[in-house]
Amino acid sequence: MNASAYNFAYLDEQTKRMIRRAILKAIAIPGYQVPFASREMPMPYGWGTGGVQVTASILGPDDVLKVIDQGSDDTTNAVSIRKFFAKTAGVRTTTHTPEASIIQTRHRIPETPLTEDQVLVFQVPIPEPLRFLEPRETETRRMHALADYGLMHVKLYEDIARHGHIATTYAYPVKVDGRYVMDPSPTPKFDNPKMDDCAALQLFGAGREKRIYAIPPHTKVVSLDFEDHPFEPSRTPKTCGLCGADDTYLDEVVTDDKGGRLFVCSDSDYCEQRRGAEKTA
Amino acid sequence: MYVAVKGGERAIDNAHELLAQKRRGDPAVPELTLEQISEQLALACDRVMAEGSLYDRELAALAIKQARGDLVEAIFLVRAYRTTLPRFGASEPVDTGAMEIRRRISAAFKDLPGGQVLGPTFDYTHRLLDTKLGEVSQTPSSHPSSVIDRESERSSNLGVSNRTENEVFTGCPAFAGHDESMSTAAAMPRVTDILGDDGLIEPCPPGDPDAPVGDLTRAPLTFPAGRDLRLQNLARGDEGFLLALGYSTQRGYGRTHPFAGEIRMGEVEVEFMADEVGFAVPLGSIAVTECQMINQFRGSATEPPQFTRGYGLAFGHSERKAMAMALVDRALRAGELGEERKGPAQDEEFVLSHSDNVQATGFVEHLKLPHYVDFQSELVLIRRMRAEIAAGDEARQEAAE
Repeated sequence: MNASAYNFAYLDEQTKRMIRRAILKAIAIPGYQVPFASREMPMPYGWGTGGVQVTASILGPDDVLKVIDQGSDDTTNAVSIRKFFAKTAGVRTTTHTPEASIIQTRHRIPETPLTEDQVLVFQVPIPEPLRFLEPRETETRRMHALADYGLMHVKLYEDIARHGHIATTYAYPVKVDGRYVMDPSPTPKFDNPKMDDCAALQLFGAGREKRIYAIPPHTKVVSLDFEDHPFEPSRTPKTCGLCGADDTYLDEVVTDDKGGRLFVCSDSDYCEQRRGAEKTA
Repeated sequence: MYVAVKGGERAIDNAHELLAQKRRGDPAVPELTLEQISEQLALACDRVMAEGSLYDRELAALAIKQARGDLVEAIFLVRAYRTTLPRFGASEPVDTGAMEIRRRISAAFKDLPGGQVLGPTFDYTHRLLDTKLGEVSQTPSSHPSSVIDRESERSSNLGVSNRTENEVFTGCPAFAGHDESMSTAAAMPRVTDILGDDGLIEPCPPGDPDAPVGDLTRAPLTFPAGRDLRLQNLARGDEGFLLALGYSTQRGYGRTHPFAGEIRMGEVEVEFMADEVGFAVPLGSIAVTECQMINQFRGSATEPPQFTRGYGLAFGHSERKAMAMALVDRALRAGELGEERKGPAQDEEFVLSHSDNVQATGFVEHLKLPHYVDFQSELVLIRRMRAEIAAGDEARQEAAE
């Protein structure tokens, strides 16, 4: 089946309109999970079908698309999704963060600060931050409606009592615009501060769970914590073995089976730009 | 007609004849060969071998053909054959660390010794129907040996590995000779062993080499079951059932915070300790898929925190099955690890009693069998109860008047 059998960016226009309506509602109520009629996509649930539907709905012919997974453009799934849009929409793609108008991401926020002209689309596996405290959707929707978030604070407190630390290291819950507690998708909590007052529009798509939510530009986003246990973004306390950065999120690469390790920037574009700048300097 | 008072025997004979005709389909269409099934429906064969608990591709292909593609029925056929086979004993434990790797990925590390080997995977295909496959090519390609450059399918972002080797995929039947030029034992350490060297993951519970290996096909399952029996049960268990249970743990019904530490697929050698000669004799190699999940911590005031393990293993290329099994294995360790049991996947008796699709399909489908006698006694009772209520109504009405 060739690509021309499909509409621009795969989805039909009616579906795109339905998704855009959900996106507008999500922007109007920051952090609120808007149910939407998620479609079957030609990649499996869990591979980013929510993010792909959001991207497909906002993508125009003049957009420049960047896709990252684990911070990197060359991870298998990022390559696959980028190819998908190159094929079905024919848009220009890039790996360079400042050049992109739409960035679809799985598990990271780029190290380069984003601008008003950019949209960051997150792939979300479990949109409900309360899901692991209360598996039933009927209950969690009620809890959100009443802003009944005591259970989440009890969970964080129990972590401290048991481990001496809050044992949530990724998908760390945030409160958006003083109202809704939101799951930032499984980004490491290192990335949480980047969501606060971010200049770019942040959109979150969960395909299997059929939810879309959003953080409009310059919205207050606070990571949940306690006065005596303030939120701490964490990273491996090393420097990048390739570019020498000491303030980026690092991947741990196993180099041998004798305990050898190499630490490198997870944001491969940022790392390359730094190395390029060194050479020209 | 479903069953006549007499003539049931002829009806059954006729049904079997009709089944044979339907199995064959339109005689103008060429008949499937077992080689075609084993080569081109290879993953169906893998599933039948795994859940049929019998590693024999040819028999699996035969069962699939006989079952008209109904895999649970094919598994049933294989099980019914397997049960007639004598059991000589248990093989030595297979060493998956020494596997001839065809696929090996870790979701926990970007790169690692041996690299990430994608192998033959659907993972990054776009699910667009390929109409070209609908046309049978007239010129067969230079089958059966197509050489694939393994380096080209390896994603090694930092060039940790620079080995190049070619593997000839012959799609060999079970124990046939296999043209292998590679030896990866030293170069592909298991991810859990790498973490284990730093003490970051709990050690694999040491097995007692002299303890007998449990076999639930030879002794009835009792609860609590040991981990050997649990893993055997899950390895034979229905892929769909385990998939749904594993999925439920991901959605909050007994969550375990899993990472796919490693998935590896390839051939391992099976050895059997022959007392007569005094050493382990190689029997041949089998293809297996192994999944080791790394899950969130355990620890205490006296023990530092460590990651915990969930384990999955299945015959053939059965990745969905191995991953689901590893999730469910870890969920079932809730009691041992002092976790509160909140989801069905954590309930050993529930899971192990309902995982077997041959048992399940038998009991669900037996409802098709005649139940006239039981139903008749229900009819008697329901009629009596209704009569009593009607009589009561009448009596009340009379009293009111």
